Amino acid sequence: MADLSIDFAGIKSPNPFWLASAPPTNTGEQIMRAFDAGWGGAVWKTLGEPVVDTSSRFGAIEVGGQRMVGFNNIELITDRPLEVNLREIREAKRRYPRHAVIVSLMVETQDDWRTIIQQVEDTGADALELNFGCPHGMCERGMGSAVGQEPEVLKTVAGWAVESASIPVLVKLTPNIGDILEPGVAAVEAGAHGLSLINTIKSITGVDLDRMVPYPVVGERSTNGGYCGPAVKPIALHMVAALARDPRVTIPISGIGGISTWRDAAEFIALGASSVQVCTAVMHRGFRIVEDLCDGLSHFLDSKGMRSVAELRGKALGAYVEWGDLDLSYKVSAHVDPAKCIGCELCLVACRDASVDAIHTGPVPLAAGHVAATRDQAIARAAGSGVHVTWVDETACTGCNLCSHLCPVPGCITMKDVTGGKPFESWNDRIAKGTHKAGHHG
Amino acid sequence: MSATPLPQGRLEQQLEDGKPLYTEGEAVAEAHRCLFCHDAPCITACPTGIDIPRFIRKIGTGNLRGSAQTILSANLLGYSCARVCPVEVLCAGACVYNAWERTPIAIGRLQRYATETLFAQGEAGTLLPRAAANGKRIACVGAGPASLAAAGYLALEGCEATVFDRNPLPGGLNTTGVAPYKMPAEGSLREFEFLASLGVRFEGGVEVGRDVPAAKLLADHDAVFLGPGLGGDTTLAIPGAEGAGVQGATAWIERMKLDPTASLAGVTRAIVVGGGNTAIDAARELAQLGVAEVSLLYRRTQADMSGYAHELEAARAEGVRFVERAVPAAFVRENSVLKALRLSDGREFPCELVVLAIGQASLAALAQAFPDVATDAKGRIVVDAETGATGNAKVWAGGDATGGELVVTGVQDGKRAARAIAKALGIPVRDDAPMLAGHGTVRT
Repeated sequence: MADLSIDFAGIKSPNPFWLASAPPTNTGEQIMRAFDAGWGGAVWKTLGEPVVDTSSRFGAIEVGGQRMVGFNNIELITDRPLEVNLREIREAKRRYPRHAVIVSLMVETQDDWRTIIQQVEDTGADALELNFGCPHGMCERGMGSAVGQEPEVLKTVAGWAVESASIPVLVKLTPNIGDILEPGVAAVEAGAHGLSLINTIKSITGVDLDRMVPYPVVGERSTNGGYCGPAVKPIALHMVAALARDPRVTIPISGIGGISTWRDAAEFIALGASSVQVCTAVMHRGFRIVEDLCDGLSHFLDSKGMRSVAELRGKALGAYVEWGDLDLSYKVSAHVDPAKCIGCELCLVACRDASVDAIHTGPVPLAAGHVAATRDQAIARAAGSGVHVTWVDETACTGCNLCSHLCPVPGCITMKDVTGGKPFESWNDRIAKGTHKAGHHG
Repeated sequence: MSATPLPQGRLEQQLEDGKPLYTEGEAVAEAHRCLFCHDAPCITACPTGIDIPRFIRKIGTGNLRGSAQTILSANLLGYSCARVCPVEVLCAGACVYNAWERTPIAIGRLQRYATETLFAQGEAGTLLPRAAANGKRIACVGAGPASLAAAGYLALEGCEATVFDRNPLPGGLNTTGVAPYKMPAEGSLREFEFLASLGVRFEGGVEVGRDVPAAKLLADHDAVFLGPGLGGDTTLAIPGAEGAGVQGATAWIERMKLDPTASLAGVTRAIVVGGGNTAIDAARELAQLGVAEVSLLYRRTQADMSGYAHELEAARAEGVRFVERAVPAAFVRENSVLKALRLSDGREFPCELVVLAIGQASLAALAQAFPDVATDAKGRIVVDAETGATGNAKVWAGGDATGGELVVTGVQDGKRAARAIAKALGIPVRDDAPMLAGHGTVRT
């Protein structure tokens, strides 16, 4: 069995799965139940001046019957008295000494930071996370993403915290910026010990078309909230990877954004995350999902012969390059398995309407010189069964991948490597050779 | 549900809806399973050519009105078809999920959801806009699906369309013959209200050829559509056939559905003779109504049956005993009371009721009352397959009287005839006329 334990900037955790600072980490009771369920750590819901929240607070999008593919909230930081939170943090850490207890903070002045950091350190908490990401409500008060969107301000405020703290300081970044490297590098320069990202994305999930009020509805009004859930994973993955591969970023990263399964977590780790944080999936299905997060990741590491999470970390990072460094000689071609095709023709219509019209059904003619390996088989099965089995004109196929993504039958459309030993050549290579201009036939 | 009150205490009211109306959640979940196939085989398999993926997608997006429009344009009787069509051998049987060994989309239930919900909201009458009156008068003989479709499509283009039926209730077999677990009579009458809202007029209790001469019908109208269906049940010319306890299947089913005096008191053993879907329906109905022993007797083997395998399977699951190679020889009576049915091989099946589902007579005489309308050796009206035209330039025909078997094929017959009638009478047909939707569009 692979070792799932991690050491994140000195923060020890039995596994890389932490609860993100959010409603599931509002109280000690919740966090201790989460630890019992198997969570390795938790980031306590942001402490600061207690707030008043609205009713309602959450919006969600459903896609094709799949609930909460995207989720947003307009909830603020903790609404509980500081001393209650501090007492419960102390209790949780005392009862779960092996688990990571990280406390999220958001206050205004340098004095505020110094005071609250001292109070939190007194509880025995393992680390601090500075909430520079909240994109709603708090930012209107000059905190949260208002800090995270200004690298110089971020650097100053993070510097105050680092200066006051004797335990590791993580800076949580907002994605609501042009280039994630700017706040990320600013946090490193401020002396932060780790980065957490992404916080939520400024968003409106939808509109109540009867009341003509956006979601979530608060009386006759609404406001923009923070977007999260499975739909944001690609944005988060990119930002984590962009930081992880930058040589200036020398501190560990806690990946956040749409992580619901062990596979999502493995992807974040493969792109450079040292730990991952989860919220929406827990809000959707409860703390119990951690069992499969750990179990699935462990089996995956075993299957790849990796003995620890650290061995997986950054494994895919080297393959993340600029477009100009991609191999233009590489060529794949779609292949429809005639035995598996059910004849829905979604590939055919997609290729025709959105690509190069390289997928056909029935005995339509094949252009002279073109290759279509499964044409005869497809036509024969279609004739025998009435199923509209499709086939691919491999010569016309550009290998765009669209059909393989939309085919409903797993394993029916695969992309076959037809590079045929052509040597590697990137756009940058062509520029170097001067063969990149249109019309040049090399 | 219906504005036309039916008496209470009818046997069919004891039977439960076999496929109840979906809730919104169920409908949307099922709609999302649909792959929205290109060149979808379900459309090809639908005799009326409803754009099934399109109406299902509209259910999924919450556009129920658009969904019902899509259905009802191509099939004005899309509501009853949703409930009575043998989808297993039509649209759902063609669903690509079958090739994947997965449960096909419940197309019939989704179609019912869209149409019934619109009916219930009272909005069906505004779904399909009508053209201005064109002064043309159309008579349809028989008020079953074929006639109602022809009348409805022509009424939408501005014709004055009247449907005549000897039965006081409209709907034909949809009202008198559909298995109650598929659709009770109220459903058919509710559908007629929709058709009436399109302008279809109904003259019930009027038998053409007796109450109204064919010549007068022809003289009073610009075109006549014959959709009279079939006549009485075929009887068995064997000893003991006369007397209580022996009934024709369509007559018995009609009483079970509509006559509050119909009863199964004293019947614990019933026999249905026949191998078609009417026979299986009758057997399932008897079993569901609590007759302890129901036997379905067929003279040949299962492979020779015209009844659907899935229906026979359902009948067996409900306890119906299926007996192959059973040729009736005599009804055994004591003091004229039916005691058993004896077969040609000597076997005897004790029973109190025998329902004969071995066919129906044709209404050839009715057809022949119209000059130049020909019938074939089986009494079926001879028509042009594409248009429903007969030998009389003012008469078209369709439905069971021309050899059809299903509600949905009758509807398509009526729609094709409506197109042909519009063309023959020079009626302007709008580009988006519902009669042009679905299969076999022939622009005028």
